[in-house]
Amino acid sequence: MDGIHDLGGKQGFGPVNFVISKEIYHHPWQLKANALSAALVAAGLFNMDEYRHAIERMEPRHYLNASYYERVLTACASLCVEKGVTTAAELEKLAGGNFPLARPSAPGRHARKDVADFAVGERVRVRNEFVPGHVRMPGYIRGKTGVVVQMSPPFPFPDAAAHQLGHDMEPTFDVRFDTAELWPDSSDKATVTVAVFRSYLEKAA
Amino acid sequence: MNSSDNIADIARRVDAVEAAALDQGLVRPGHLQQFTHKVEAEWTPAVGAAIVAHAWSNPAFKARLLKNGIAAAAELGATMPPHHRHLVVLENSESLHNLICCTLCSCTAYTVIGMPPDWYKDLEYRARVVRESRTVLTEMGMALPESMEIRVWDTTADTRYMVLPYRPPHTAGWSEKQLAALVSKESMIGTARLEPPYRAEETKGA
Repeated sequence: MDGIHDLGGKQGFGPVNFVISKEIYHHPWQLKANALSAALVAAGLFNMDEYRHAIERMEPRHYLNASYYERVLTACASLCVEKGVTTAAELEKLAGGNFPLARPSAPGRHARKDVADFAVGERVRVRNEFVPGHVRMPGYIRGKTGVVVQMSPPFPFPDAAAHQLGHDMEPTFDVRFDTAELWPDSSDKATVTVAVFRSYLEKAA
Repeated sequence: MNSSDNIADIARRVDAVEAAALDQGLVRPGHLQQFTHKVEAEWTPAVGAAIVAHAWSNPAFKARLLKNGIAAAAELGATMPPHHRHLVVLENSESLHNLICCTLCSCTAYTVIGMPPDWYKDLEYRARVVRESRTVLTEMGMALPESMEIRVWDTTADTRYMVLPYRPPHTAGWSEKQLAALVSKESMIGTARLEPPYRAEETKGA
């Protein structure tokens, strides 16, 4: 989905608040929320793709205003409700107020069966696709051309795994793009290398 | 959000979900203590720093690390969670600078380099660093010369990346322990370099 989470290349943000600190959590609830997400994944209630997609499905204004660990919590709560662990009404009763949850999911999809692996050094194009469900293609590479620099072992295909559509497995290809290709005339000179699932790619002409 | 009024306190929302999960047996009592121990004592940048120091000191290990990060890290006792199936180590040089980010969420090799810092998870870093890397690094206190090639790596799949910092030239002859003490979390993300002029020359520690 073209969600608000897909931030790469968005303009208008100010300086990074670069503070070097050993402190990971600033409030006990942040640690609790993080521990809860880890425990629920370990218990098999949801996989990492379902978890990431639940964060992406947060209402955009909620997403932008929530801290990182509020997003973690919202994903856990939404998936607990969607999987029948509890109900929204019960959570609101326990919490003593409104409890904003993620919005419903659109359908997922399977990996393509008609794509062969790409070779290191090969030029590839990111397919011009608009996927309603979970996808791990950042919008800034859609339709863009880059060069394969390396290949990963097979991973669960996120577009399927986030929707419990079975265990499609696919390698990713680290594809290197020039920023001049991604954002002509409006970027710093560099390359950006993105881990791209095979189904998202096609040979460049 | 239609119901933005009267949103329950965040700590009470966390407790509500935890209570529901405990009630269904999904979370065991004591899980918080176990998780806290992992975050504070196991998943720390000291793990990555030891890997970096060993790679700087042992060329054969460095070659194995660059070829298969997970297997080489395991030689030093470092483990990664099951969904991190691949660790790619990115070697900096005098003229090449690697930098990692996650624009879609905030993925990192946290068991090796430590939990991601706040700024790494902030919208500003996620939005800007892929497009304006040199500007962002300058704002963060590290102005790189034009001659330094910048490679940004966006963690969009379950491949995890870690920067192998450039070894400061003045550290010839240092022990692995002394070298490891130099290596910061930021240097393994790529928002810091360890050699002068980016960092003052240090005398070796004990």
